[in-house]
Amino acid sequence: MTKQGRVSAPGGLSGPVAGGDSASTVTAEPENTLLPDEPLRDLALRHGLKQTAVRPPLRGYAGELWQRRHFITGFATARNVAMYTEARLGQLWQVLTPLLNAGVYFFIFGLLLHANRGVPNYLSFLVTGVFVFNFTQRAFITSSQVIRDTLPLIRALYFPRACLPLGYVLIELQQLMLSFAVLFVIVLITGEPITWYWLLIIPALILQSLFNVGGGLILARWGASIDDVSQLLPFLVRTWMYVSGVLFSIQTLASLRPHPTITYLLQINPAAVYISLIRNTLLASQRQAMPGSKPYSKLICHLYYTHLNNKHFVYDSAYCHAVVSQTSLWMWGILWAVAAAVVGFLFFWRAEARYGRG
Amino acid sequence: MAVAERPMVVVDDLHVVYRVYGSNADKGTAATALLRLIKRQRRPSIREVHAIRGMSFVAYRGDAVGVIGRNGSGKSTLLRAIAGLLPAEQGAVYTDGHGALLGVNAALLEDLTGERNVVLGCLAMGMTTQETRDAKPRIVEFSGVGDFVNLPMKAYSTGMGARLRFAIASAKSHDILLVDEALATGDAEFQRKSHARIDELRAQAGTVFLVAHNLAEIAETCNRIIWLEKGQIVKAGDDVPGILDEYLIASGGEPRFREAAATANYPSSSS
Repeated sequence: MTKQGRVSAPGGLSGPVAGGDSASTVTAEPENTLLPDEPLRDLALRHGLKQTAVRPPLRGYAGELWQRRHFITGFATARNVAMYTEARLGQLWQVLTPLLNAGVYFFIFGLLLHANRGVPNYLSFLVTGVFVFNFTQRAFITSSQVIRDTLPLIRALYFPRACLPLGYVLIELQQLMLSFAVLFVIVLITGEPITWYWLLIIPALILQSLFNVGGGLILARWGASIDDVSQLLPFLVRTWMYVSGVLFSIQTLASLRPHPTITYLLQINPAAVYISLIRNTLLASQRQAMPGSKPYSKLICHLYYTHLNNKHFVYDSAYCHAVVSQTSLWMWGILWAVAAAVVGFLFFWRAEARYGRG
Repeated sequence: MAVAERPMVVVDDLHVVYRVYGSNADKGTAATALLRLIKRQRRPSIREVHAIRGMSFVAYRGDAVGVIGRNGSGKSTLLRAIAGLLPAEQGAVYTDGHGALLGVNAALLEDLTGERNVVLGCLAMGMTTQETRDAKPRIVEFSGVGDFVNLPMKAYSTGMGARLRFAIASAKSHDILLVDEALATGDAEFQRKSHARIDELRAQAGTVFLVAHNLAEIAETCNRIIWLEKGQIVKAGDDVPGILDEYLIASGGEPRFREAAATANYPSSSS
């Protein structure tokens, strides 16, 4: 028992508690017969044991995550089904919530504040924006709570924790599918045609999902360690919504003559990018009015900006310069998606061993 | 049983320090909180608790290790450290595979049905869909929750939740099962079944750690024992009834296990 000394290492043990019965078996020195003679570290490594509470290597982590893909989908589906079990209208809320949101925004911004200036088919424009932004919004806010939500599971079983934010984003994607079924109906009712462009919604949504996964992973790590994140986030996200052209067209801001950099920055922000991409694929009216789609004409463009309230000029934005061209929007969409996913994954992975503590 | 002598869990001079947030009273005002956030300072009220102070031992494949000690002696902390949920301040824990920790908390995902919890638990532990499908009836059967399996786990009684969680966590063999008082809430039938399952796991070269205040449970189940006091090992070894008796004497009780072991034939005293 060469290692006996280490057992009582710091500050010696003052023998078993009181007892005092002078039972001959109780000794002052700790006895530990569960120690071999060789150094423990060597023994552990010789038998291929791994140290716990350290993060796994990156490649192994990615592999484990892939191996758990059925867990991720199962987790998302189960959560999705359970989410509204206590509401009388049940699953209907998945569609009702974004619809009611869109209704409120249409009433306030479309009818009262005239944010519909310079936008053809404002209702479809608005509902598309609200639904698409809602996807990112919900994914971010729920991801920031995911570690706290699932603490009992994390503390009981070992699995790569990135499964959880991934599952939450998947839940929101499933909800988005439902919202889109409603969206298609609204869009058709407001007179938009079905076109081949609609197929481009798929790559746009894949990019947005990737972006949401990345952001969700970052927020999941922050939310796990700092409770304040989930308190603050709703405000930040709402501010983000107001500057991302959900309720108004960023293009029309030019009539206020801001610094061109400002409109440019607003337009390349990821939320605005994905919203614009999906609007331009889903809505023929948006493509028709898309700036840069017609040869530039200073006069017609000027008319557009000075008569934003006049329905006759609503499509004349096509003769203006685009803040960001459609091709650039796709480039930005890819860039944001890849950057967010890579950074998010690395950022989340680095704290892997720390989730579930406290 | 532990003939193979292949180590499963190696705890090497482990120290664990908890950080606990102090009472609400000294949180300070919002302004000071903001200032701290900007200066990236810790909350002044954080207190450190040195829960485990230098522990070393080895558990082998096929071992059932009982952990005893008074409240606050570090038993649960030790289990959480082995499960990889608490970082070592100094020293390290080495394991072969990952441990499943069964505490007294009520559910895994409480708003989901028992059945969903079974499926997701299995998948989370890394089973394939096919393995999960095969294991599900066995797990549900073992847990004995019956028709409740279709209800959300928040509707379960403490005992039922514990049964289902034990059934899930013990479904995967060749692994480490850490049981923290989770069997105490079960009824007699479940305790008998879970002991049988623990024996089975040991036979399949798994390792089980059992924290229990019911010493008879430890005497029946474990072949090794660790007695903790104030975050340190008082005694650890194969002589389960002997150490249990010493623990009883130290806490002012009457020794009874060695005598009982002499007459009955517990699996423990073999070394």
